Amino acid sequence: MSAMGANVAASEGAWQLPSRGKVGMVCLIIAESAIFTIFIAAYVFYIGKSLSGPTPREVLKVPVVGTICLLSSSLTMHWAIAALRNAKTAMFGVFWFITLALGTIFIIGTGLEWRHMIYQDGFTIQTNLFGTTYYSLVGLHASHVIVGLIGLALVMIFALLGKVKSEHTERCEVFSLYWHFVDAIWVVVFTTVYILGR
Amino acid sequence: MASEAVPLTIRKSPLAVVYEWLGTADHKKIGLLYIVYALLFLVVMGIEAVLMRIQLAHANSTFLSPQVFNRLFTLHGTTGVFFVAMPILVGFGNYLVPLMIGARDMAYPRLNAFGFWMTAFGGLLLYGSFFAGNSIAQAGAAPDFGWFAYAPLTSTAFSPGHSTDYWNLAILLGGVGSIAGGINFVATVLTMRCPGMTLSKMPLLAWMNMVLGGLILVTISPLTAAQLMLMADRYVGAHFFDVQAGGSVVMWMHFFWIFGHPEVYVLIIPCFAFISEIVPVFSRKAIFGYPAMVAATVCIGFVSLGVWAHHMFAVGMPSYGNAFFVLTTMVVAVPTGIKIFNWLATLWGGRIRFATPMMFAVGFLFQFLVGGLTGIMLATAPFDWQLTNSYFVVAHFHYVIVGGIMFSIFGAFYYWFPKMTGRMLSETLGKWHFWIFLIGFHLTFDSLHIPGLLGMPRRIYTYEAGRGWEIWNMIASIGVIFQGAAVLIFVYNVVKSYIAGKPAGNDPWDAWTLEWATTSPPPEYNFAVVPEVRSRRPLWDIKHPEDPDWKYE
Repeated sequence: MSAMGANVAASEGAWQLPSRGKVGMVCLIIAESAIFTIFIAAYVFYIGKSLSGPTPREVLKVPVVGTICLLSSSLTMHWAIAALRNAKTAMFGVFWFITLALGTIFIIGTGLEWRHMIYQDGFTIQTNLFGTTYYSLVGLHASHVIVGLIGLALVMIFALLGKVKSEHTERCEVFSLYWHFVDAIWVVVFTTVYILGR
Repeated sequence: MASEAVPLTIRKSPLAVVYEWLGTADHKKIGLLYIVYALLFLVVMGIEAVLMRIQLAHANSTFLSPQVFNRLFTLHGTTGVFFVAMPILVGFGNYLVPLMIGARDMAYPRLNAFGFWMTAFGGLLLYGSFFAGNSIAQAGAAPDFGWFAYAPLTSTAFSPGHSTDYWNLAILLGGVGSIAGGINFVATVLTMRCPGMTLSKMPLLAWMNMVLGGLILVTISPLTAAQLMLMADRYVGAHFFDVQAGGSVVMWMHFFWIFGHPEVYVLIIPCFAFISEIVPVFSRKAIFGYPAMVAATVCIGFVSLGVWAHHMFAVGMPSYGNAFFVLTTMVVAVPTGIKIFNWLATLWGGRIRFATPMMFAVGFLFQFLVGGLTGIMLATAPFDWQLTNSYFVVAHFHYVIVGGIMFSIFGAFYYWFPKMTGRMLSETLGKWHFWIFLIGFHLTFDSLHIPGLLGMPRRIYTYEAGRGWEIWNMIASIGVIFQGAAVLIFVYNVVKSYIAGKPAGNDPWDAWTLEWATTSPPPEYNFAVVPEVRSRRPLWDIKHPEDPDWKYE
């Protein structure tokens, strides 16, 4: 069943169909993008509408390091896939690990930022409209990063066990679509929260 | 000696059968699970409607308390949209799409099973609310705030107890199941077609289920987002819909209707698919204007995303806001009209055979048109300002839902039951079902337009006498008796025909799409040899090798 997905060659010319994994992942990405769009709409609508409590300028620190890490992780992911396609499994393992590490740095950074805001500044989801929309939007993104990290870790384990070969490139590419989506969403969230909304 | 192969019957223990059905990832079984599940909830929903209509038949009735009435209309609407209409349509789609495109199964069989069970558990959770305790506030746990669950009625302050939570979580589960189904439909149609079946040679049902899948992806997600926000408000003290913190309750309305309007197109597009398959076969003509039908469906999918605030004309949006939505709502009628013209053009000049599926299809054409026209009336904002939240709106949407969706589902049953079970449904009982249901439908829903015009609001548990509403409510309630009787005839027909109906053979209707090329019911693997097609009507090509379709397409 899994082999039938990509190409069903007919007796005459080659009968080409799109890749099942890629189409499925793109559909998931479309659905998730719609969810994020609603949260972004709520965020944008509520900019400046908080009745009390801290404003973005007062509590937000722009997560430069985290952002650079997350966006570079897309690049290292891309290099990992390219290495796997050329059967360079060792290089694949290295780049995949770097991707995992960069993603982890991002999530730790977010966690530290939140710990500071919650415990030092007393700024929570309950504080005001800004708190509500900020934590839910960035939190939604962070949860998607965590899911991605779990997937990355699983593949890392398989790679360390030597089980990931070049014939698995397609599957890793499907996963990489998800990771690139997470990055792209961060660009939008970052722009909305740290640039537009400050 | 038998001229046809007789299938080998292996006796399975009851437990093995149960396990097979519970653990299946086969699209045909999952389709049937969806359909049976939906039919059970259809009965529940019908009982809720019967109770409400008994209450409303007389002025100042005390048959039901207002609290119970509120729960009934909330559950009637919620069940109908999420646990009857969506599952039954997704069920038919699941059953038919792989067969029609010559595939072995859907693209993601296990995701398919996941989607079904999420939907199933969602419905059970929703109805589990009846069994939950009354909470300290004696509030009861069944949802009672209307199927659109407007904020701030759903906040902890105004809905003490857990009614909102049951509603929210049940629909959230169902929504995840629907999104899984949406992914599956798009992936299946794009990646699993048999050789030769380019997108322009697919049956219209496959096209429409693909549009359905794509629409589900962008329709259910906004509701999921809004529900996550509602959960945040209720559980962690967020302020999304909290007016005291500066939040906006109108925002819930926007997000809900950004889901809610395209949702009704999610419901009707599979019905368009059924009609597009039934009408040609019973007119003995290929569908008129296939490319226009495809383009119109895609167009409807896109435009439907931009009309949502026609549910909010009375909320107080600025005039340019109202005007925008008036215009977009009028625009969405254009591609819909194109489809109706194409179906009529298919009928025109055809050799029409009024078997039961066709009767339901013709009923659909007329009733969907009328329902659409009352929709256009409501699309003019000033008209809506008079009639919003009245029984005119109730009559409008029941016209499209019952007169449109329900009729086309009945038609689909009569048409594809032979394929699914190997037996024909009784034509005699089918005709009784059709005529009695038709009479009941019109008695009920034609009548309800008038109290609406006379000012009767919706969701009221009773009304005072002397306003001219009583006679119409009484007629509407009498119509329910006919509809109930018709549904009972239908259920009897289904059960009797399943046991002892006339054997159907592969192709009882002399149809042209691939599902009729395999046995009834199809084997687990659908097709012993992967089909290859050259036109939109592969079976016509096989039956008429001297005059195949691909010479003309």
